[in-house]
Amino acid sequence: MKMEAFNNRNVTEGDYYLVDIEDYPTDGWGKFKRVVKRSFRGELFVGLWVVLREMIRFDIHTIQYPQEKMPIGPRYRAIHEMKRLWESDTERCIGCGLCEKICISDCIRMDTRIDEESRKEVSEYTINLGRCIFCGYCAEVCPELAITHGGNYENASDQREHFVDYEYMLTPLDTMKANAQKEFEGFGAITPHEDERVKKTPLSY
Amino acid sequence: MDTAYLIETIIKVVVILLVFSALAGIGTYFERKILAFMQRRLGPMNVGPYGLLQVGADGIKLFTKEDIIPQGVVKNIFKIAPVITAATAFMAAAAIPFLPSFTLFGYEVHPIVADINVGILYILGVMAVGLYGPLLGGMASANKFSLLSAARGAAVFISYEVVTGLSLLAPIMMVGSLSLIDFNEYQAGGIGDWIVWSQPVAFILFWIAAFAETGRTPFHLIANDHEIIDGFGTEYSGMRWGLFFIGEYANMFFISFVIPLLFLGGYGDGSFLGALGLLGKMAFFFFFFLWTRAAWPDVRPDQLMWLCWKVLMPIAVINVVITGFVMMF
Repeated sequence: MKMEAFNNRNVTEGDYYLVDIEDYPTDGWGKFKRVVKRSFRGELFVGLWVVLREMIRFDIHTIQYPQEKMPIGPRYRAIHEMKRLWESDTERCIGCGLCEKICISDCIRMDTRIDEESRKEVSEYTINLGRCIFCGYCAEVCPELAITHGGNYENASDQREHFVDYEYMLTPLDTMKANAQKEFEGFGAITPHEDERVKKTPLSY
Repeated sequence: MDTAYLIETIIKVVVILLVFSALAGIGTYFERKILAFMQRRLGPMNVGPYGLLQVGADGIKLFTKEDIIPQGVVKNIFKIAPVITAATAFMAAAAIPFLPSFTLFGYEVHPIVADINVGILYILGVMAVGLYGPLLGGMASANKFSLLSAARGAAVFISYEVVTGLSLLAPIMMVGSLSLIDFNEYQAGGIGDWIVWSQPVAFILFWIAAFAETGRTPFHLIANDHEIIDGFGTEYSGMRWGLFFIGEYANMFFISFVIPLLFLGGYGDGSFLGALGLLGKMAFFFFFFLWTRAAWPDVRPDQLMWLCWKVLMPIAVINVVITGFVMMF
C-alpha cells in the first residue's frame, strides 16, 4: 500500500465514498429483522475463523527477551561511550567541558588538569544515569565526536543514583587494536559523504 | 450396603476428585497456550519445557499465599463461598458416566459414581447451586464491584437456567428418562441415532446456556475483568480464590462431558473407540470454550437477559411444543 493515498487529504478526488450506514431501527419489526439478519449472517463464525487461522498459521511474534533481543538502530541513545582516535588510539576527549555545560539534567560532572606535557587531560568524568534523560545533547555538542551514545540499554540498577565513569565508557584498547570501535550515527555525528560537502571558508569577507 | 460397593464408590470419588483437580490446573495451561497462539503469542514458556510446569508454579503460589480475610466482610459466608463453588462442581460429577464400563483385573468397573434415575435433574440442580458461590462471595465481600458481580450473577442465573431446563425438556421427552446412561443407550446405534439430528434447536440452545452456566466469554459478565475488576473474586486471595478457579474449570470439563452425552451419542456402544470418541468430543467442547474467548466480545448483562428471556426461551418452548405434537401423532 502506498503512502500517497493517505497523505492526500483532498476528499473530492481519489477513491473516497460515503459508507452506507443503515438507520437505527425504531419499531419492533425493524429491530426483529436486524436481530435475524445478525444472527444468521454468520458474523460469529468469521471471528472464529480468523483466530483459528492465526493459530494454524502459527506466525508467532513473541520475542523471548533475555534470550532473544530486538536489533536496535545505530542512532539509538543508550549508555554513553567515550571514543578513541582511529589514528593513535588515544582518547578523543579534550576536556573542553561543553557536555557538562549543555547537559540539561545536570548529570555530567568532569574535572581536568594539565598533564606533564602541558596538555589538558580529563581527570574525573562521571555521568549519573539516574538523572540522565538520554537526550543526546552531549553527543551533539561534542566537537571531537568523543562522547557518543552506545547500544547498551540494560542499565537497571538497585539504586537511583547509578554512575558510569570515564574508564567504563572509554573504548577498550583491545577493541581499538581489533579495529572494532563503532561510530555513532545519531545526533551530532558526521553524516555520510561529509568530505564532499566541506566548503572552504570564504575568506573574501 | 455391602462393603465392596462402599470401597468401590470411595475409590471412584477419590479418582474423580484427583483427576479433575489436576485437569482444572492443566486446563488453565491449555487456556493460556491456546489463547496465546490465537493472538500470535507464545504463552507460558519459561517454567519447564514449553511452560508445562507453570501449573505447578501457579499451584505453589496459590497455596503459599497469605489467606486474607478483609475487615468488614461477613466472615463465615466469605469463607464458605469458594467452597460452595468447588464442591458443587465436583458433586455434579457424581452422575456423569465418564467412560463406558470396562473390566479391570476381572472386576467390572462402571466409571460413574451413582447412576441415579434423576441424573440430568441432579446435575443441573447441583450446578445451579454452584452459583451461590459467586452470589454469596460477592455479597459478603463488602466491595462494590463484588456486589455488582453478585447482582449480575443473580440476573444471569434466573435467565439462563430457564433456557437450560426448557431446552433439555424435548430430548428428555424423546428418551423418556433422566439418566445419562439411558441417554447414551438411546443413541448407541451410531451417528444416525444421535439426538442432535432430531433436536438441533435444543442442542444449540443448551450449548448457548452452557456458556452462561460456566460463565465463559460471550457471557463472562459475573467476573468481567475490564468492567468490575474480578467481580466476586476481587477480595479473595490465595487458595480461596483458587477454589473459585478450580470450580470454574471443573465445571467447564463437566459440562463438556454432559453436552456430548446428551446430544452427540456419548460413548456410543461402549467399545474402546466409543470411549475415545467421548473424550474427543469432550476435548472439542472444552476447546470451543477457549476458542470463543479468543474470538468473541462479551455481551452486557441486559443483553444476556434480553437474549435468554425474549429469544431463547420462546424458541425453547416452541421446540418443546413441536416435539410433543410430533411424538403424539
